[in-house]
Amino acid sequence: MTVDRDQMGPAEGGLDRPTAPHRTRMERFWRLFQKNRMAVIGLAIFILFFLTALAGLVLTSGTDPIFDPAQIRLSEKLRPPFSMINPEVLTPAEVPTLALYILGTDDLGRDVFARMLQGAWVSLTVGFVAVGISVIIGIFMGGIAGYFGQRRIRLHQCLAASAAAAAAAALAAGLGWLAVAFGGAAAFLLLLAATDRRRRWPAVKSLSAGVITVDTLVMRVVDIMLCFPSFFLILTVVALLPASLYNIMIVIGLTSWMGTTRFVRAEFLSLREQDFVLAARALGVGNFRIIFRHMIPNAVAPVLVSATIGIATAILTEAGLSFLGFGVPPPHATWGNILSDGRRFIFDAPWLTFVPGVAILIVVLSFNLFGEGLRDALNPKLRSRT
Amino acid sequence: MISFIARSAFQKMVTLFFVSVVSFLIIHLAPGSPSQVDPLNPKFTPEMVERFRQEFHLDKPLHIQYLLFYRNLFTGRTVSWKDNRSVLGKIGERFLNSLPLFIVGTLLTWTLSFPVGIRSAIERGGIYDRTATFLSYLLISIPGFFFAYILIIFVVTKFHVPVIGMQTFGLGTTSSLHVFMDRIWHLLLPSVLGATGGVAVLSRYVRSQMLEVEGQDYIRTARAKGLPAEQVHYRHALRNALLPFVTMVGLILPGLIGGSVIIESIFSWPGMGRMAYEAILARDYPVILTVNFISAVLVLAGTFVSDILYMVVDPRIRL
Repeated sequence: MTVDRDQMGPAEGGLDRPTAPHRTRMERFWRLFQKNRMAVIGLAIFILFFLTALAGLVLTSGTDPIFDPAQIRLSEKLRPPFSMINPEVLTPAEVPTLALYILGTDDLGRDVFARMLQGAWVSLTVGFVAVGISVIIGIFMGGIAGYFGQRRIRLHQCLAASAAAAAAAALAAGLGWLAVAFGGAAAFLLLLAATDRRRRWPAVKSLSAGVITVDTLVMRVVDIMLCFPSFFLILTVVALLPASLYNIMIVIGLTSWMGTTRFVRAEFLSLREQDFVLAARALGVGNFRIIFRHMIPNAVAPVLVSATIGIATAILTEAGLSFLGFGVPPPHATWGNILSDGRRFIFDAPWLTFVPGVAILIVVLSFNLFGEGLRDALNPKLRSRT
Repeated sequence: MISFIARSAFQKMVTLFFVSVVSFLIIHLAPGSPSQVDPLNPKFTPEMVERFRQEFHLDKPLHIQYLLFYRNLFTGRTVSWKDNRSVLGKIGERFLNSLPLFIVGTLLTWTLSFPVGIRSAIERGGIYDRTATFLSYLLISIPGFFFAYILIIFVVTKFHVPVIGMQTFGLGTTSSLHVFMDRIWHLLLPSVLGATGGVAVLSRYVRSQMLEVEGQDYIRTARAKGLPAEQVHYRHALRNALLPFVTMVGLILPGLIGGSVIIESIFSWPGMGRMAYEAILARDYPVILTVNFISAVLVLAGTFVSDILYMVVDPRIRL
């Protein structure tokens, strides 16, 4: 990095003082980031949402929660927001903590405010876990493709993998002896290559011919995944699996890692050629230590951006699934299923649609704005200008 | 060129094969089986289930089922498990319903996003740019069906026109103009909704492309030699900024079949997306797999077309 001459006053111009700018990377990032007002607002809402979700977890869980999202009051259904409770029809156990329905009640007389609080945590979990899964897979696959990309997969490894897959298939089909045969073949191939590392036997030599590079393999898998229409795939899998919160998070995560893989691979391809990686390798640092300690911290910026936007997409996907009837099943409230339950009463009780709808809109918008601000602030082209 | 096309086509065939295997496995290895869709139905006796399983080869091992299914698909003999109609015929019928939605949606997307994106780029940082940016984020962030309900309520209460379905039921004797207008009204909302996301994303992309080109040296040269701003923007900048969008023509192909499950469900539009959704509900595996296969073909064809177009329009690309 060149020395920024404007940073040095005349009094401190000597070379005995450090001449680099005094701002750390974080400070420079923050200076750039705060110029984007919409992104700062997005960050503020993001933090607020996070705190709300935490508060929601604390206030609505347990055996005797402060706000009970599951308390049914059939005599108090579809009350508009800010309506006072009607003490004559409620038993003492049914009276909500605030004696007021801040956001009204739904068709079963449940307090929408309590449900929104609970739903905030569930929606946040769906977003974070789904994106967490996709980021982990994405970094792993992208890292392998970018770092070990030039290595070739040997023929015997291919054969062993297909034999193992055939064994698994045979096991699933209930053909025990076939499974054992295929499993034995896989083990034999691997053993054969392991015992004869110098490849003296001609059979082993031809077996260990390179077939395909790791990079090609990973990127073809990405291509295959990209061929599926994503929402349709998610819908199919979620509809076929038993309904559960975890299935939805896992399925969204497993179908959205391709973008991250591509980013990480691209970053790794350029980082691998840089001097600090060469230095690390020369010092004898192991491959995985180089990947995790030296390369991933440098490749994390685009991943962070796509993760932020991915959380927003996951929350929207969950809402879409709820609309089609495959969302998170009833004991959990999410903003998506409050919204899709409320649409039946859109004329009688518009707050049941608008409260969760606007909440989702604001949160997703804040994630998107924050993510875009992050992208601009982390963009090296813009960074060099300040 | 020829070698690139051959190589690429071969690669895409291999990908397609794996897609077919993976989608087949996903569907068939999921828990539950199609013969158990309705276990409480008294007509569904064990003999019926057994006959059903034999009829549709469900008693065969998986790899045989796979071969049978794709043999039937390529010879056009696949039938839906639900109503025994030919799957391709069903898809063709629904495809014709989805086509107007797709065409109007795509036209709206492409005609709206270019002016918006270009103006945003020219007036970078101005009030128009900031409004357009914010609006496009708003449109990306709004849950689709929530937005659809707002629009439906707005249109129905303001203009008093029916919007659900493809046309109003029982318009038999009215004039053809009336019927035509009725179709237009029914078409308008779903296609606008389908286009919103596209406009938001594409206009941002147009903007960033324009900005990128406007920063180039030859634009500065054009300005420096005193060309009018119009000419610089539209003759020098826009032409070069348009280059990447040629390739995107190929990428809209998959939208042909995907349709939108959610939008078609809201508007009771009997299109592809809705058919796929109903097939999922009924565990109608042949329909699900066929839709999946066709959409994979379209994705691959789309990327193939865009690769070739890119080579044609940009002589710098040598693949």
